Amino acid sequence: MSEYREIIEAYKDVPGGLIEAYHALQRKYNFIPEQALIEAAKVFKVSQAEAYGVATFYSYLKVGKRGTYIIRMCESAPCHIAGADKVVEALEKALGIKVGETTADGKFTLELTECVGQCQATPVVTVNSKPYENVTPEAVDKILAEYR
Amino acid sequence: MSKQRPVLLEYAGKIDPTKASDYIAVGGYKGLEKARQMDRKALLQEVKDSGLRGRGGAGFNAGMKWSFVPQDASIKYVVCNLDEGEPGTYKDRVICEQNAQALLEGMAICGLAISSNQGYIYCRGEYPFVVELLRKAIASAKESGALGDFDIEVRMGAGAYVCGEETALIESIEGHRGEPRFKPPFPGVEGLWKAPTVVNNVETFACLPYILVNGAAWFAGIGAPKYPGTKIVTLTGDVNNRTFFEVPTDITLREVIYDLGGGIPGGKKFKAVQVGGTSGAFIPEENLDTPIDFDSMGAIGAALGSGAVLVLDETRDIVDVVTRISKFFEHESCGKCNPCREGTFRCRELMNKINSGKGNEADIEKLILLARVMQKAALCGLGQAAPIPIESTIKHFRPAYLQKM
Ligand SMILES: Cc1cc2nc3c(=O)[nH]c(=O)nc-3n(C[C@H](O)[C@H](O)[C@H](O)COP(=O)(O)O)c2cc1C
Ligand code: SF4
Ligand code: FES
Repeated sequence: MSEYREIIEAYKDVPGGLIEAYHALQRKYNFIPEQALIEAAKVFKVSQAEAYGVATFYSYLKVGKRGTYIIRMCESAPCHIAGADKVVEALEKALGIKVGETTADGKFTLELTECVGQCQATPVVTVNSKPYENVTPEAVDKILAEYR
Repeated sequence: MSKQRPVLLEYAGKIDPTKASDYIAVGGYKGLEKARQMDRKALLQEVKDSGLRGRGGAGFNAGMKWSFVPQDASIKYVVCNLDEGEPGTYKDRVICEQNAQALLEGMAICGLAISSNQGYIYCRGEYPFVVELLRKAIASAKESGALGDFDIEVRMGAGAYVCGEETALIESIEGHRGEPRFKPPFPGVEGLWKAPTVVNNVETFACLPYILVNGAAWFAGIGAPKYPGTKIVTLTGDVNNRTFFEVPTDITLREVIYDLGGGIPGGKKFKAVQVGGTSGAFIPEENLDTPIDFDSMGAIGAALGSGAVLVLDETRDIVDVVTRISKFFEHESCGKCNPCREGTFRCRELMNKINSGKGNEADIEKLILLARVMQKAALCGLGQAAPIPIESTIKHFRPAYLQKM
């Protein structure tokens, strides 16, 4: 049995387990490998189109490779007025990539997101779901240093 | 500080939410015990009499919703909505982080009222740490025996605002794309895996233990008579105290912003407040003495919604903020129905045009017309609410639009 199959099979008998299986794959790989999606379709007895349709509906699921660390900048209204634009610029500059891209070493992917529910200290950036509060453009290097 | 009224958050910071024993030590699980001694009809009546209305936005009487569940169905589900996707809102996270056991107890009370022994909590994907916390809290509650034969499973969402809509949420638990269903049938009749299902918000469930322990009359006596109890509000934007407060529902917006929020930083003047999250209306100064309860907010063309309070000071570019909000809705529209899929796209397009100085008054008229179409024709609350920030700012802050032209 392939490694993907093993992860997916664990959710086979969970009602509605397809999304749970995707979460498990992402915990391991940080994304859903194309081959894993094909395997998931087989295990859950749905068409590949449906397996793909589910995976692409949700912004936290990603089919195909991306970085080890997913950096997300919240751009919802409270973070927007707290200066999210400036922080995005600083992130782009520090990483040398644009929003939606992954660094050449495969380490960082930069994404925009809507509210992550930490609005007590805007603007907010998350790195693999860990929130950083009150982020200023100056604070960006220090955050990235934790992962470099 | 007297304007606060901690009920759900009375022991915030003093008990470990993952430990049933901590909660029991401060009187927890007594409400469930009491509910077990009541017959089902009396329990339903007690919840109805308390006047508890949904805290997730629609404000429906909780006991009434439960009473629609047909009793002859052999399987029924209790589902907790912890999707909390409304920007500016984090009160359900706070409830879980401070008093998760009250949520579990509330779900079990609902289970008794509708004869269900299976609950689900649908937690947004942005809160993996809350998922972990809840799983520990459930294990502890099960081990203590407090939950009896009521089981609760936690499912994690994956980043889709629309999944907060109850039927989309159900689709998502079932492992599908989170697209809203046509209603009727309502979930109370045909919900999760076609079984009757009650969907309530975290805060709604967490009120129940206190209602059972202190009585319906006690709860009905707090705050506004038609929307009684407390509400947790989260303050963001231009206020000194950007934090959360549990308040009685008859507190006014002015009290929330100036007494609890400490007013606006830097001695600046107030421009507008958006209540209920990003889908809420923008409210001008003249309406600040309105109480926050569901009906009072409705009367001024606004909504309490999730209880998020976003304050803008006089220096803020309100058209720019609304443009950002229109992008949110374009992004989050699930695409199932045309008025919303196309409408949110056009709203964003027109707002961009105006915001970049290329708009004219005809664009404002187009937005007003589009808003009317979407409110009438969109399938779910997302598309219906999407134009509200635009419409309310055109109404109250039209000069800000004209200045851009
Ligand atoms: C687009 C959309 C998003 C919603 N998001 C949430 C949410 O995050 N949390 C919530 O409790 N209710 C949300 N709702 C409301 C739910 O559909 C439902 O009314 C609510 O969960 C019922 O619980 P209550 O009666 O306890 O408020 C949303 C509705 C819509 C249309
Ligand atoms: S109103 Fe929008 S979110 Fe709701 S079903 Fe229609 S397209 Fe989907
Ligand atoms: S608005 Fe950015 S975290 Fe909530």
